[in-house]
Amino acid sequence: MRPTSFLYTQPRDWGRVAVRVLRSWWYMIYLGAIAIVMALSLKTYSRANRIVASRFIYSSTWQVLPWFTVLAALVSLVIIRIVVVTALSYGLSAYALEMVVRVLVLELIPLTAAMFVALRASMAFNAGDALALAAAASPDTSARAQARLRQELVPQVIANAFAVLSLAMVSSVIVLVLAYVNVYGLSPWGVSDYTRTVGRIFDPAITFGFIFKTVSFGLAVAVIPTAAILEMHRYGLSSTSTVQPGAVRLLFVLLMIEAASLAITYI
Amino acid sequence: MTEPLGPAEAAPAEAVAHVEAKAVALLLLMAALTVGFLLYVMYARGAFEITQRLVLVSDDSEGVIPGMDMTFAGFPIGRVQRVELGPDGKARILVDVPRDDAKWLRTSSVFTLERSMVGETRLKAFTGVLDDKPLPEDAVRTVLRGDTSAEIPRVVASARALLDNLDNMTRSDSSINNSLANVESLTARFAGKYGLLGGALGSEAEAQKLIVTLDRVNGLLAKADQRVFGKKGLMDDTQAAAIQMNVVLKDASNTLKKLDAVLAEAEQVGANAKVATKDLGALRAEVDASLRKVTRMIDEINRKWPFARTPEIKLP
Repeated sequence: MRPTSFLYTQPRDWGRVAVRVLRSWWYMIYLGAIAIVMALSLKTYSRANRIVASRFIYSSTWQVLPWFTVLAALVSLVIIRIVVVTALSYGLSAYALEMVVRVLVLELIPLTAAMFVALRASMAFNAGDALALAAAASPDTSARAQARLRQELVPQVIANAFAVLSLAMVSSVIVLVLAYVNVYGLSPWGVSDYTRTVGRIFDPAITFGFIFKTVSFGLAVAVIPTAAILEMHRYGLSSTSTVQPGAVRLLFVLLMIEAASLAITYI
Repeated sequence: MTEPLGPAEAAPAEAVAHVEAKAVALLLLMAALTVGFLLYVMYARGAFEITQRLVLVSDDSEGVIPGMDMTFAGFPIGRVQRVELGPDGKARILVDVPRDDAKWLRTSSVFTLERSMVGETRLKAFTGVLDDKPLPEDAVRTVLRGDTSAEIPRVVASARALLDNLDNMTRSDSSINNSLANVESLTARFAGKYGLLGGALGSEAEAQKLIVTLDRVNGLLAKADQRVFGKKGLMDDTQAAAIQMNVVLKDASNTLKKLDAVLAEAEQVGANAKVATKDLGALRAEVDASLRKVTRMIDEINRKWPFARTPEIKLP
């Protein structure tokens, strides 16, 4: 039996649960750090690893990008239309564009992309996790384990992080174009006004916050489910729940990143 | 369990054509999008514009944020770069104006900072004379503030004074109430037997007195009419006197005509006398000449006459 929360444990077991939770978080951070270091190492990008990474990028981004973009564009179009029409009816059309860009591009689309990639990644893990085999050995001691991590973990982490970034970026650009067309129509005479509005929104702090948030989403989606599965196999734990390992933690981390981003930007 | 796995086993199972090329294409697309986006944002924020600095000084910079626009005739021509507190305790708003748009700003330009109840603060520039000298680099100008919310306390104070006045006006012992009561009593008198007269004079008794007086005046007028305009009245006598006067005046006119004729004759006599006077002058001149001749002749005779005395002068 593996208690998951303090609420369902006896007070005498709280210490044990706390230690396990802390160890689990530490393992996740540790694995994330190793993955980042390896991703930045040139040694990782051998011919074989490049092919593996390409295949992961293909499956996580190339296959998904078109219809995710179409879906995001459709939903965004509806939201843009609602915001613009509502703002117009209240005589606040000057603020509609700014609101659309802030809500959709800065907040909703990166979060949606992260959730979507996380969902696909978890499906991939469920289907058959070859990574589990790499967890048998300690990742920091054995050279063979390191090679295995390079071969298996890092390409997958890179691919997932890249998927989040590319889905968010492509959809954001599409939404920017849709917002322009919705507000100004197909006329080119709104470009300078629109550009000034975009420039006013994306001040340096917001721009770097946006990039940092999207990268953080990518890393969280890439590392947390992988770390959870590896941890289960490494410590011989068995899940008592049907929920994907790490899913709750991933959701929690994503919400924390979003909340922190909102707090830093608007408070 | 510890055997290394080949790439084909770890990666998705199905073989995909040109998978590496597709991944590279995606990477390039992403890189292009990211770089393009960053360049666009930098362009949108005016990173590639040549600008000149304008410093606006204000007592209060509330609502002014870096990045907000300064407009001229509704068009954004500048962007707030920084807001700082000067050594004199006043807010200094540093505005970057692109060189292309700086032509709209002149030395006589006026800058305002408007805060409305809803919406953002607006920074506006007004240029009345576009022929003035251009605004120099690093010019410092005072910004005029138009603050709606700052007006609220004044408006509330005025409204309170107004309400107090209304309260005073509508109280039971207020002047307006007293006036209305007076109007009511006045209209009641108007509605009485003597109508407006009763209202104007204050009571019906007074109005009655006035009416009696009017009746007497009427009687008096009737008698006066009879005495003046009646038969053998004052007017008849006056008319007869006027006729007699007319006759007298006619006589006087005839007399004056006669007097005119006498005067004409007298004038003629005068003229004749004047001519006679002229003849007397000539006669006198002739007499004078004759007398001088006689005198000379006597003198001549005296010289030639033996009894003439020798004139001598005896000296002492």
